Amino acid sequence: MSNISYVRTEMLQEKAPPVTQTGIVKWVRENLFSSVSNSVLTLLALWLLYTLLSHVLPWVFQSSWSANSLTECRSAIAAAYGEGTHGACWAVIRERFFQLIYGFYPPELYWRPNLAFILMLVALAPVLFDKLPRKMLWFSAVYPFLCFWLLWGGSIWLPLSIVAGFVLGGFAFKLIGAQFGNLFATIGAFLVPILWWMFAASPVASGIHSAIPLGLEAVESAKFGGFLLSILIGITGIVLSLPIGILLALGRQSDLLIVKAICVGFIEFIRGVPLITLLFVASVLLNYFLPPGTNFDLILRVVIMVTLFASAYMAEVIRGGLAALPKGQYEGADSLGLDFWQSTRLIIMPQALKISIPSIVSTFIGLFKDTTLVSIIGLFDPIGLSTNIRADSAWNGIIWELYGFIAIVFFIFCFSMSRYSMYLENKLKTGH
Amino acid sequence: MKKSTFIGTVAAATLAAGFAAAGTLDEVKAKGFLQCGVSTGLAGFSNADANGEWNGFDVAFCRAVAAAVLGDSTAVKFTPTTGKTRFTALASGEIDILARNTTWTFSRDVDLKFSFVGVNYYDGQGFMVPKALGVSSAKDLDTATVCIQTGTTTELNLADFFRSNNISYEPVPIETNAEAQAQYLAGACDVYTTDASGLAATRATFENPGDHIVLPEIISKEPLGPLVRHGDDQWADIARWTLNALITAEELGITSANIKDAAMSAGDNPEINRLLGTEGNLGEMLGLSADWAANAVAAGGNYGEIFERHIGEKTAIGIARGLNAQWTNGGLLYSPPFR
Repeated sequence: MSNISYVRTEMLQEKAPPVTQTGIVKWVRENLFSSVSNSVLTLLALWLLYTLLSHVLPWVFQSSWSANSLTECRSAIAAAYGEGTHGACWAVIRERFFQLIYGFYPPELYWRPNLAFILMLVALAPVLFDKLPRKMLWFSAVYPFLCFWLLWGGSIWLPLSIVAGFVLGGFAFKLIGAQFGNLFATIGAFLVPILWWMFAASPVASGIHSAIPLGLEAVESAKFGGFLLSILIGITGIVLSLPIGILLALGRQSDLLIVKAICVGFIEFIRGVPLITLLFVASVLLNYFLPPGTNFDLILRVVIMVTLFASAYMAEVIRGGLAALPKGQYEGADSLGLDFWQSTRLIIMPQALKISIPSIVSTFIGLFKDTTLVSIIGLFDPIGLSTNIRADSAWNGIIWELYGFIAIVFFIFCFSMSRYSMYLENKLKTGH
Repeated sequence: MKKSTFIGTVAAATLAAGFAAAGTLDEVKAKGFLQCGVSTGLAGFSNADANGEWNGFDVAFCRAVAAAVLGDSTAVKFTPTTGKTRFTALASGEIDILARNTTWTFSRDVDLKFSFVGVNYYDGQGFMVPKALGVSSAKDLDTATVCIQTGTTTELNLADFFRSNNISYEPVPIETNAEAQAQYLAGACDVYTTDASGLAATRATFENPGDHIVLPEIISKEPLGPLVRHGDDQWADIARWTLNALITAEELGITSANIKDAAMSAGDNPEINRLLGTEGNLGEMLGLSADWAANAVAAGGNYGEIFERHIGEKTAIGIARGLNAQWTNGGLLYSPPFR
């Protein structure tokens, strides 16, 4: 036999890594106890967490859902969990749940805000997710009028006659454009609908309505409240502030002196005053200016003010995006022979908006939360309603349960918005 | 939303506001309902229940006025107002009458140009402290921290009281009663001061009301009453005499139980007959129907019944009549005669 040194003929079995280098132990070592100071901080955090939860969780779960007043709540909790237990009185949420969601909207008509909300999701979907068929955007365009009609009811001809204004504007643009050129067409497209809305829309609508009465039971604004009101103000503000903000931002960069002056003046003025001041103007000051007897809806006034406020901020956010674009992009667009609107639409805006997504979304979130300020002018948003609920002698003294519920609902909305913005950022990421 | 909001904007821009305002009474009759300003929520005085129905002491007065003017106590729409929007809402004509536990003061009456039509609740500012503080008089409150609602007369009264007694305090400004309640229970302030009715209502909601006492000092006069705009005396008369009718009805023993019979035909008591319109023409003088006062009382009962139902001793708020008893029972309620 030849002298062959020992050679292993089969592979060694893989060994499990040392226990300290794998799985949960490794993770804990690396993330929680990597150094002395980290260990101390970890223990401290654990202790804090424990203290917090040991106080909050019993309060949340040793609660009463079935009582009819705060006193009943307290005795029910004492009976179930022993004397001296502090528990949440969630019964108030059970009793006032629909009020917190819909305000004083007539219960038999709850299907209308529900339907409006579902349709809103349908209308938003094609805007938010570009995989959906583009034809759905037509529905999105019609939706605001549909929503207005669903929520407030009344004759269907009024929203239709307002839509007719846009159609007329489109016709005016085409007809005048063919005859006199672009500038006049733009002016005409602005003027014709405004004249229509000012003088013709309402008489025409009531004229048709008296011939063909078709409509839903009208619901007055005083009945709006709760999250219905918050979402209404918030979504309208969000949806309208983006286009207005884009126009303002473009106007601010414009070379046309008057356009620029108007945009800068508007943005700086609105940003210079607090939202609450604008709300007071809407609720209080406008009453003095309008002729007595004018019924200019308070919710509409508030929506307008909130929209103006958000637009000014949005304009600055988008200006930031525009400023961040390299100059080469503008020059590249020019060198391709694109005119201003083409280059803005195809090259500048898509990039500027992409850069500004995080700030745009935080403006949206801020706006949505700011809608609670309307409670100060006596509108019954969830915060305003909570004051009212506490004034009921059965629930007087309930604070945390109501605020907690409102906070959770707001959190759900705001967190979804922020998640969506992250999704959008990832999808649009073109860098390496 | 009414006809067109666009039209509203346009009207604002194009129409000059140049027409004389018609009388409030005619306006209310024309639109068919009373627009009444109330608090956004104050226990016992105004709140909307789970069905959106408004209830409370101030609300009941609005309903009585609606019944007197329109014969229907449900023909009233409520505008919730906050401490900051209440006066402009009234001055601008958004509401016809304000019944929102508002203190009748010189400057509000004279300078802000309102007419207070009477007093529907005599209140006064008091102090609530935890028993553990060991204080028995407000004069012992030197260097105390005091929770105080901003923008109210209570704030000014407090400053006056401490200045005239030469003691110091540290204010903790708060916005609403609920906030005050939470702050006070959390110990952020030693003392909570507001109207005595509010203190009673707040204390009633505590888990251990016995641990807190309301100090004996009442440091201010807070006559709360409904108010209307200056310059429409007929409307002010209607509001004033509706309130007086409720008070007089109690004095004469007319309740929601016996009002039907009493108003049916003239009885033995001439003042009751005049009040209920079975004799004389008081209603006509006001520009209302003859049974205006009968309708007002039928809406929610007389003053005493309204008081007992919303804030009286049988309710959770549990306020004794005290100053708000009839003058015949040692209180301050004293209606001028219906003659």
